[in-house]
Amino acid sequence: MQQIDLARAVFLFLPLFLLGLLALPGRAVLRTVAALALAAVVAWLLPQVFERGALTYLASFSTMAGIYAILSLGLNSQWGLAGHVNFGVAGFYAVGAFTSALFTTTMPEGALAAYSQQAFGLQWPFLGGVIMGGIIAAIVGFLISIPVLRLRTDFLAIATLGIAEVIRFIFQNERWLANGPQPMRGIPRPFDCLFKDPACSWLPQGAVDFLAPLSPRDYVFFYLIVVSLILAVVFIALERISRSPWGRMLRAVRDEEASAAMNGKNVTWRRIESFVVGSFIMGVGGAVYAHYVVSIDYSHFNPLFATFIVWVMLMLGGSGSNKGAILGAFVVWGVWSGAAFMIDAASPALQLISPDLPSRGAYLRWMLVAIMLGLIVLYRPQGVIKERKKVSDFMSDKGDASGEGDDATAEQPARQ
Amino acid sequence: MTEISATEPPVLEVRDLVKDFGGLRAIDHCSLSVQEGKITGLIGPNGAGKTTLFNLITGYFTPDSGRVFTDGADITSLPPHGVFRRGICRTFQIPREHGTMSVLENLMLVPPDQLGEQFWNCWLRPGAVRAQEREIRAKALEVLDFVNLTHLAHEYAGRLSGGQKKLLELARTLMAEPRLVLLDEPAAGVNRTLMKKLSENIEYLRRERGITFLLIEHDMDLVMDLCDPVIVMSEGRRLMEGHPDEVRNDPTVLEAYLGGQYGAA
Repeated sequence: MQQIDLARAVFLFLPLFLLGLLALPGRAVLRTVAALALAAVVAWLLPQVFERGALTYLASFSTMAGIYAILSLGLNSQWGLAGHVNFGVAGFYAVGAFTSALFTTTMPEGALAAYSQQAFGLQWPFLGGVIMGGIIAAIVGFLISIPVLRLRTDFLAIATLGIAEVIRFIFQNERWLANGPQPMRGIPRPFDCLFKDPACSWLPQGAVDFLAPLSPRDYVFFYLIVVSLILAVVFIALERISRSPWGRMLRAVRDEEASAAMNGKNVTWRRIESFVVGSFIMGVGGAVYAHYVVSIDYSHFNPLFATFIVWVMLMLGGSGSNKGAILGAFVVWGVWSGAAFMIDAASPALQLISPDLPSRGAYLRWMLVAIMLGLIVLYRPQGVIKERKKVSDFMSDKGDASGEGDDATAEQPARQ
Repeated sequence: MTEISATEPPVLEVRDLVKDFGGLRAIDHCSLSVQEGKITGLIGPNGAGKTTLFNLITGYFTPDSGRVFTDGADITSLPPHGVFRRGICRTFQIPREHGTMSVLENLMLVPPDQLGEQFWNCWLRPGAVRAQEREIRAKALEVLDFVNLTHLAHEYAGRLSGGQKKLLELARTLMAEPRLVLLDEPAAGVNRTLMKKLSENIEYLRRERGITFLLIEHDMDLVMDLCDPVIVMSEGRRLMEGHPDEVRNDPTVLEAYLGGQYGAA
């Protein structure tokens, strides 16, 4: 095994370990040990099975899927837990991305300032930018929720879709804010000196030597770790509060609002809370995305790529299930990415049908996603991972004669 | 006979309430009061405005004019959860259970001011939330036992039969430890045996826990058996109030139910 492959394997270990923890069943201690062992084996095997280029692709694929998983979790806390039909995911995603960019970049000076404008540039560290991305998205979500959450279902969908478009047009047209129609460039990547020559000055010599064969193109292996960690934190935090008396209240509001109000619950406030929590998570997703692609502009945040694909992910994975939200993100992003290869491979056949069909192959990808959504809604509306019957994990089932809290075979009654 | 003592403020007082739906006056200057520790029946023909009155009392609708008081305090403009906090709890004519949750958690939802309802407490004070959940769960199991639904504790509430849902509605009000419970047709669609059990439960709660009831019911046997006094509503107004026997023999009540020709005869 060459040093470059070994170094990449080391980077892959942590994301694989977290994946193992998420996917494996069983008790905490046993699961940790199993995940550690499995991650070590798989991380060692992957560079030998895949070519170098393919492995880089796999890492960048997982990074993007991880970012979508964050968005999907955000949507789950709105739609899955509380039943908000938010078709404005792209808006909060954009706010998070641009906020983090503004907080972490340097204000352009001199000749550059003539080409590149932005409201401010504070040179904050990466994590500060991500948190601010979440906070500003949450504030925007709060302000929007006050008028908009008076609406329900399809009306809420129309309103949020409109708001996301408004946000996108603001970033497109307000040059002073974030360089308007031109991309905002130079968004810093955390610790990107790891892969540069000369490497970070604070790095011990041993580490420098170990990372020496890696080029800046291998940065994605490090960023995958960053995304996995942020995804893990978001997942654990959201899982905690959705399986709690708070989550129980949201499910009650979602199922039967009038009755929740008569049970003394402040329905309006709970609806706002879940909307704001979701907005925060989406903002974090946007920030993580901005630091990944380095250069962002308004066109990244269109409804197809940033709203509807997230909906398909959540519907496929399972509305109301946080694990399902992550699973859906990876599956749908996999289908979406895989379809590109498929269409490439099928282009001779497409050419036979019509000479200009291969150039329009991209639309076939959307068709595939649409068909997938249709199949889910028809045949498995609850998604791959069903919502659990038991809401609160703070409640223990111990000492209860009637036994099991969760009956996997029981069919959940339809959501009203 | 109804003994109304002047010293005690009524647990519920409705004063000159008016509610219009477009051109229809659903509640027309209606006034009535409910005395503590009694089971007051509210009867009247369909469309008399009984359920609308419940909706106005519980803050679900806002009245066009008039006021609602509990223990002399004005609760007219309070939202539903504000009314709940004054110890007033209601059930619905058509049960509105939270169908995708278990019966047990339907009840555990109810107690107010749970620590875990503030989501940050789930991160910062998990131990305290867990301890409180244990208490609430024990109480919910107790209430389930009282209404004989223990065997269904882990069933989806949406899977219960109509009658069981009615029991669940009653159980939910008990979780709130209310002073006044408004029951909207508790016995509709419930078989005779269950109805007897239901009326025993209501009487028991009044006697042992001192809970006041105001109940809408069309089943006259239940009303005669349980309620004193009985208030009759017709066309959005309070027609009369009295002991069940008085009400039964009153010609104006007959007229309201059956139309003019009987009353005139």
